Amino acid sequence: MLLEGVIMSQVRVLVGTRKGAFILTSDGKRDKWEVNGPLFTGWEIYHLKASPADPNRIYASQTSSWFGQVIQRSNDGGKTWEAPGGDINPGQDAFPKSASNKFVYDTSESTGKPMTTHQFYDGKPHPWEFKRVWHLEPSLTDPDTVYAGVEDAAIFKSTDGATSWHELAGLRGHGTGPQWQPGAGGMCLHTIILDPSDPKRMFIAISAAGAFRSDDGGVTWRPINKGLQSQYIPNPTAEIGHCVHHIAMNPKKPGVLFMQKHWDVMRSDDAGEQWREISGNLPTDFGFVIDVHAHEPETIYVVPIKSDGEHFVHEAKLRVYRSRTGGNEWEALTKGLPQTNCYVNVLRDAMAVDELDSCGVYFGTTGGQVYASADAGDSWNPIVRDLPAVLSVEVQTLQ
Amino acid sequence: MIRVVLPQHLRTLAKVSGEVNLEVATPVTQRTVLDALEARYPMLLGTIRDHVTRQRRPFLRFFACEEDLSHESPDAPLPEAVSSGKEPFLVIGAIAGGM
Repeated sequence: MLLEGVIMSQVRVLVGTRKGAFILTSDGKRDKWEVNGPLFTGWEIYHLKASPADPNRIYASQTSSWFGQVIQRSNDGGKTWEAPGGDINPGQDAFPKSASNKFVYDTSESTGKPMTTHQFYDGKPHPWEFKRVWHLEPSLTDPDTVYAGVEDAAIFKSTDGATSWHELAGLRGHGTGPQWQPGAGGMCLHTIILDPSDPKRMFIAISAAGAFRSDDGGVTWRPINKGLQSQYIPNPTAEIGHCVHHIAMNPKKPGVLFMQKHWDVMRSDDAGEQWREISGNLPTDFGFVIDVHAHEPETIYVVPIKSDGEHFVHEAKLRVYRSRTGGNEWEALTKGLPQTNCYVNVLRDAMAVDELDSCGVYFGTTGGQVYASADAGDSWNPIVRDLPAVLSVEVQTLQ
Repeated sequence: MIRVVLPQHLRTLAKVSGEVNLEVATPVTQRTVLDALEARYPMLLGTIRDHVTRQRRPFLRFFACEEDLSHESPDAPLPEAVSSGKEPFLVIGAIAGGM
């Protein structure tokens, strides 16, 4: 019966790359994969993510230095896509409707905040300029509600299936915004976590401002960076300015957060009020991704990267490190991964876990490989080896 | 009828192949052509001109009659050959290397 259940289950891996999106599917055994794509050929697909409330509803961030931002939406599990509100309108007099790619900072007196400046690379004030959507986070309960983390850092919300967007301006305008500075990849809001135990609680992270929390559904925000130490800012324990690379949370233990910072792997047991370092015996604690086992809230995964100046894996070996103790004690997972001459990176949104009984772990590399483990990381196999550089990986567990 | 040639990625996004033909009221200018294009194909909003400023996106260029019109006023009349439909108005993705 267990085997039958595994085969009946399906796993869908959503992969965003520098030159399009791919959808990888398998049954619950996860040993044979079908690769579909590329979708949106030639465009950078920063992120795709499906609605937990409707697995056929998938959102994608399609972006280009030439043509800007496009939001795509699928209602059939990725078979077909549309730019919401962008239906062809043959009437010459009709007013254009599409606003699905319109991300305008809210400066209205009633709902918004003044458009201040942030710090630029040269330390001078710089106006906020929308560049792209880094991360899409669908609501846990409503398929038509989705959040977008954008560059320059801000969070937007749509309640009409990504047809239109409104900034949650309390984040950009809560007070520290004028001090935020971009990281090397831009000033991006790259992480959005919704708390399943409290619909009004949200966590976000910005490079290089830090982590922030809202307890009122995104209306007001405050920094949650106590305990972080960053030697690359004048005051290493400042309230903001930390280059948080990614945060992960197991939905079954929502108060516990794990963070991969520019350097340092951290955890918080009180929803970000205080952080402590858990790098322990990692060979290097620089990296981008971090994720948590679907069923074991104290089992976490990172991929150590050599340094901030050398964005490839340490010692030319692709190793996922797993801690079963919530940090500090780490073991290298190498079976099936290249252990010589490997110089890839694993970017911040490019790791995910499935929810099958034997938790699957997935990650993509800048070398275009997508690896899967059907045994919680003990062994790995490449699903596909030669995609464009992978920007993001998300997983759906379908029954 | 005004003829507009889009770069491949925008043809894909608009689900068209080949040239786009548009009815554009006079005067025929960059602005009126792009307004008509976006009215007909709303998914192109924001991909050629910024949603708010309506400025041309930096890596795009407007050519016609072997001339680069990118820096002309958006309200300047386009060449007669464009407004008569003899020559197309071209939206060009600037050549740029990198990724």
